Amino acid sequence: MSITPVLLLTDALLWLLVLAVAAYAWNVRRHEHLLAPWVKVRQNPIAMACATVLAAYALVGLADSLHFRSSTAAAPASATAAPAGRQYSVEVKSLLDVLIAQAFGPMAGKSEKTYSEPLATHSFAKETIEAPGGVQAREYPRLAVGGAHLKDPADRAGDIAWRALAGLAAGCGLWLVLGLLLCVWVGRGFTRLPHTWRAIWHNTTPAPWRPVLITLLVICLLAGVALVLGSRYHLLGTDKVGQDVLGLSLKSIRTGLVMGTLTTMVMLPFAVLAGLTAGYLKGWVDDLIVYIYTTLSSIPGVLLIAAAILMTTVYIDAHPDLFPTTLQRADFRLLALCVILGITSWTGLCRLLRGEALKLRELDYIVAAKAFGVGRLRVITRHMLPNVMHLITITAVMDFSAMVLTEAVLSYVGVGVDPTTNSFGTMINAARLEISREPVVWWLLASAFFFMLSLVLAANLFADVVQEAFDPRRVVKRARLRLLGGRA
Amino acid sequence: MMAYILRRIGYGLLVLIGVNLITFWLFFTVNTPDDIARIQLGGKRVTADAISKWKAERGYDKPLVYNAQATGGKKFTETIYYEKSAAMFVLDFGQSDDGRDIWYEIRTRAGPSLAIAIPTFIIGLGVNISFALLLALFRGTRFDFSSQIFLIVMMSISTLFFIIGGQFVFSKIWRLVPVSGFDGIFDGWRFIALPVLIGVTTSIGSSTRLYRTIFIEEVGRDYVRTARAKGLSELTVMFKHVLKNGMIPVLTGVVVVIPVLFMGSLLFESFFGIPGLGSYTIEAIQSQDFGIVRSMVFIGTVLYVLGLILTDISYTLVDPRVRLE
Repeated sequence: MSITPVLLLTDALLWLLVLAVAAYAWNVRRHEHLLAPWVKVRQNPIAMACATVLAAYALVGLADSLHFRSSTAAAPASATAAPAGRQYSVEVKSLLDVLIAQAFGPMAGKSEKTYSEPLATHSFAKETIEAPGGVQAREYPRLAVGGAHLKDPADRAGDIAWRALAGLAAGCGLWLVLGLLLCVWVGRGFTRLPHTWRAIWHNTTPAPWRPVLITLLVICLLAGVALVLGSRYHLLGTDKVGQDVLGLSLKSIRTGLVMGTLTTMVMLPFAVLAGLTAGYLKGWVDDLIVYIYTTLSSIPGVLLIAAAILMTTVYIDAHPDLFPTTLQRADFRLLALCVILGITSWTGLCRLLRGEALKLRELDYIVAAKAFGVGRLRVITRHMLPNVMHLITITAVMDFSAMVLTEAVLSYVGVGVDPTTNSFGTMINAARLEISREPVVWWLLASAFFFMLSLVLAANLFADVVQEAFDPRRVVKRARLRLLGGRA
Repeated sequence: MMAYILRRIGYGLLVLIGVNLITFWLFFTVNTPDDIARIQLGGKRVTADAISKWKAERGYDKPLVYNAQATGGKKFTETIYYEKSAAMFVLDFGQSDDGRDIWYEIRTRAGPSLAIAIPTFIIGLGVNISFALLLALFRGTRFDFSSQIFLIVMMSISTLFFIIGGQFVFSKIWRLVPVSGFDGIFDGWRFIALPVLIGVTTSIGSSTRLYRTIFIEEVGRDYVRTARAKGLSELTVMFKHVLKNGMIPVLTGVVVVIPVLFMGSLLFESFFGIPGLGSYTIEAIQSQDFGIVRSMVFIGTVLYVLGLILTDISYTLVDPRVRLE
């Protein structure tokens, strides 16, 4: 089977962002003054644990950002449709889809008819079943996939317990492998492995690796149980049309990551350039830029987003030829949402940077640079930009979690991502009315809650540490507090 | 002072004109009335006749900004911009797609919106300031640390979960209040209680953290040191000195949202079935009624600009050191 890669717009931007982050990291490593705040972040156990969680999410999201179309097995190749002689399926898949299909084996590709509880063997709704004797009865039918390997549904509890134990064991195994790799990496080689292990365990390494290992253990155990149990049962149940909720949740991660990162990335260059130019040049340029951001920030955010998204849908509907597949339509809408959210949220950073530039332009080194005849653009990029980098970093990190939360709200309002896109917002939206059912369909909301809270909480805690490490003003204030109050 | 306020109002008008032009551009040039008519009437199989009829019924059949066929001043007045966009400056919003007067709807729906928004705002402010002051008093202790974690967790939970969970627990399990509905501003407290409670809960995370930072910044100032040097107790320092001075940034910071309270909350009003401006907006967005969305953008901007002007004035009222030039 051959495949052909499909590069979605958001995929391209996401991988570009990965490259940019790598370049930034490489640059930071070479400069001690840039490294200093990051070292402070690295020494914080909470930040390390959160970074581990975020890395796990990023892995899932990036695996979901490699899209391709596979060639159809049966190829009734018509010459017009496939000039290359090979026909590709219309369905665009991602690496994550393939991984899920591989890992969950029999669960993939098939689905139930409607809701089923987590780990259930029977459907959530009664159906009319015809018994062998021709008698019809209202019963809960067996699920097509969930627990289908059980001859007698009564064995369910024992089977689940065994599988959970096996899953925990598998998780432990995975953790040991990862832990060993980490030890080798931290100890720079195999030679002093026991020593490194002891140092990590007693938390005497320069960076706290113990919280990383503990977080990894939790993630590995969860993943192990999910893999072993999830290959025979619907671990988190199924949704209204019978899709596996665990799979849906994993697919939703990418949307959250795209919203959290691309929105900031889209607005960043513009906000930085506008803010610094306004503050440095003053005069009519300043007036113009201030007017633009005041105007944009005066429009109620949700309404501007709603207006722009309505216009985007009209545009997509009017130009169907530009978007051959549904995934591309959905992807364009996702990108449009990022751009619009970027437009509504750049004003805060721009105002902040303008204020900072107004202060910086009076400082001696800027005045000196000007006196030496350094050009305006060069002063801004070479002398001002490095001195506001901490503000940019803080904003980028802090905006991430806000954007993930915004996505859910916008999807509820009906101006979020395309209804066909998997996201936490669409999951919540689909489940919110089912909470009033009797008995309650709780697992959709619970899954969305768990995945979203762990992502946003990790991002928020990480952002808090980053802010503390990067903001020199706050450091000064803390020191003063300690001198004066004696309490802090 | 008067000259300053007048200048601020002038700038506000300039901002309004900008917003007006942006919305006009978004709603009429990015997509022409033809596109919108086609979407409204449903898909590709719409005849040209149906489109022009739809446009004529709503007055969208005129040129955008310049009518070459008309005479004299009508070259500019008989255009979509003049009739649909510029008219909003005199509160002429026209009719919604179901034929109702938008301005009338806005006036009648503002009351229910305020019935939710004002209690949420006042109670939320009180709770958050008290909590923040408590944290500033116990700064650096275990109580402060665990509360900070609690606040970050509160910040990380989506408002949607608070609303859905609150309705589930208070209305479905405990049956204390109705799930949703509205019954007058003063009679229907049972309907108002839950949205207000949840609204306050959702605001705790970010607001308390912000206020705590403000108060702690205040604690580090020189006058606090002087007060301590005089031998005042920590409680007196906190409540008499830090609270009073810390209130300046807190209050001037919230003035800007007071006029915007009229707009109501999209989420709360639609989840709790409050017939306010928030649910009006969300219904308009979902039924793609562009007339209402444009009007709400305009009203929202007017209120926000008003909030900015009030903020500037409140600076001078609260803090005598600030002189407006």
